[in-house]
Amino acid sequence: MKETLLLTKHMRENPEDSHLIDSYEKNGGYETARRTLINGSPENVLEEIKASNIRGRGGAGFPTGVKWGFLAENEDRYLVINADESEPGTFKDRILLERDPHQLIEGIIITCFAANIKNAFIYIRGEYAKPARRVQDAVEQAYQKGYLGKNIFNSEMNLDLVVHLGAGAYICGEETALLNSLEGRRGEPRLKPPYFPAVKGLYMKPTLVNNVETISSVPWIVENTGKEYNKLGVEGSTGTRIFSLSGHVNNPGNYEIEMGSSFGEFVESLGNGIRNNKKVKAYIPGGASAPWFRGDQLDIKMTIDDVANNNSMLGSGAVVMMDEDTNLVNAAKSIVSFFAHESCGQCTPCREGTTWLEMILDRVASGRGRASDIDLLLDVCDNISPGLSWPPKMTTICPLGPSAVSPITSLMNDFREEVESLIPTKVLL
Amino acid sequence: MSWNDSMIKQAKKIIKMYPQKRSAIGPLLHLAQSKDGYISDDSIAVISELVGITEVQVKSVSTFYSMYKQEPTGKYLLSVCKSISCEINNSKEIIDVVKDFTGLNNNETDENDLFTFEAVECIGACGGAPAMQINYETVEGLSSENTIKLCEWLKEEQPDVIIAEEMQDNFGGTKSFDWAIKDQSGTTGSVPGFQTFNTTKEKK
Ligand SMILES: Cc1cc2nc3c(=O)[nH]c(=O)nc-3n(C[C@H](O)[C@H](O)[C@H](O)COP(=O)(O)O)c2cc1C
Ligand code: SF4
Ligand code: FES
Repeated sequence: MKETLLLTKHMRENPEDSHLIDSYEKNGGYETARRTLINGSPENVLEEIKASNIRGRGGAGFPTGVKWGFLAENEDRYLVINADESEPGTFKDRILLERDPHQLIEGIIITCFAANIKNAFIYIRGEYAKPARRVQDAVEQAYQKGYLGKNIFNSEMNLDLVVHLGAGAYICGEETALLNSLEGRRGEPRLKPPYFPAVKGLYMKPTLVNNVETISSVPWIVENTGKEYNKLGVEGSTGTRIFSLSGHVNNPGNYEIEMGSSFGEFVESLGNGIRNNKKVKAYIPGGASAPWFRGDQLDIKMTIDDVANNNSMLGSGAVVMMDEDTNLVNAAKSIVSFFAHESCGQCTPCREGTTWLEMILDRVASGRGRASDIDLLLDVCDNISPGLSWPPKMTTICPLGPSAVSPITSLMNDFREEVESLIPTKVLL
Repeated sequence: MSWNDSMIKQAKKIIKMYPQKRSAIGPLLHLAQSKDGYISDDSIAVISELVGITEVQVKSVSTFYSMYKQEPTGKYLLSVCKSISCEINNSKEIIDVVKDFTGLNNNETDENDLFTFEAVECIGACGGAPAMQINYETVEGLSSENTIKLCEWLKEEQPDVIIAEEMQDNFGGTKSFDWAIKDQSGTTGSVPGFQTFNTTKEKK
């Protein structure tokens, strides 16, 4: 199995200076944007994006061309790049920000041209100080060259780009919470409807919110055509995707591959297998929000639809391998306490439910569990996500609440004995 | 107002970056923290006046985000990741080592205002788990021994600028990906080192 390098090509070939504008331009950078602004039309760009069938890389997998098509008419429209990457297991946007910030900026220029946008923001999580510095430097270089600001590439187009630093809140990755945060408010998700960003977004104006990886793909698609992009990967999951591989593997890292091979192949070849030749007990296919797969399910294909058909999600593309020695109750506890900590507190099922789940799991993990705790866990889960179906039924404003349920239903469906074995059968005095 | 002229000037520059003043609250809170190491009531008052919203509203924003500290922090903010990829790669041990070395529990600062310790959620270094940040500069692939050495180095050398590359070379291990370029700049306090806040500096 081999990588297919589109987004990570420049950084691989120019490790010493891929983040600098000279290096980027020497390798053809900004040419696509220049040509598009001078000779192209917004309609053509949108057509290429639609033809590529690219789906958003932030987690929800929404078709990007369709999203752009939804953007309501208005004099003021905004583009906001979601660089809040905080889903445990995910570190793919970090490499794009650190090592190839100009590719993102070029994507932003083309996107704003296509959508007639004059103000764009990159919302980077506060903990990503170094990536943010690199992006800020890149933005300044682009301004100096006249690629941002007024009359970009001597065309009619004006565009201002602001790098905005978050301040430590996973929930701000949710697009409407991100917009609240960018407006200087608490990062609490808004109700959809009516607050669809494409209609009522930043400052209640139509706003495109897209992930770093999604927009970093735009220059390649426009340069090589949507049709060529559509040939990569498989139907429904076209193009390449940067997967973040972590956990008990020999070679963790970011790997850019065409979607369609199996998780097992991926881990064996690019990940160089599990450490110490151990077996996989369970793995997470798409970030901490995603329900787990068992070690005997490694033949599932790494596509959005295959993973969804197996009741989980490819999400942010974060694959976490857990070997046979992993204490899965502790693993689940770590994930649940993440969500308990990151709940914004607006919805009762999420705020109270995650706190209870954390408390009960903690009790079970430390050998103080009660015989009734398994039922209690499932009951609390059912209150957050009725019926425990997949995709979850929503009782909350955003999907964070139901996400906290994922590791517990995985435990109960596939590893119930491991949980039971931790619960003392005798009364503890 | 108790911010000096140069801070006010910087604040006004930040406000100008946004279509609406209110959007500057986030960056201004970072700026406030770069001055005091936490969000003081004074700063809340200044920001409220600069942006034109009530102090209670500014306070309510500042308490929502974990990076805005409500209490003074030490010179070095030690943030050890405890999320899933680190958890299954022994982050508990790293947390214990840091706790032992500093004598601190979660969110505590020592008497000398040198260290603040916190166990945090994923810092995007999962491929190099276990990982931590010092003043938001990342070091990956930690072992217990190297974590102690890192803490000792901070205590003895007390560097003014924290540089990720320097820590990674001396105390780190497996990385999430090839960092390739060796930056010589880093952060100067328990705030993100970022040009907009004047909190980044080159090492001499
Ligand atoms: C709780 C939560 C956290 C999220 N975190 C992120 C994130 O860190 N980065 C991201 O790009 N999208 C994140 N998303 C998805 C965004 O809401 C949104 O769908 C995405 O940014 C759209 O961009 P895309 O279409 O390019 O994927 C999150 C969603 C939820 C519900
Ligand atoms: S589900 Fe949780 S995080 Fe999402 S809006 Fe409700 S309380 Fe906030
Ligand atoms: S889980 Fe520790 S850095 Fe991501």
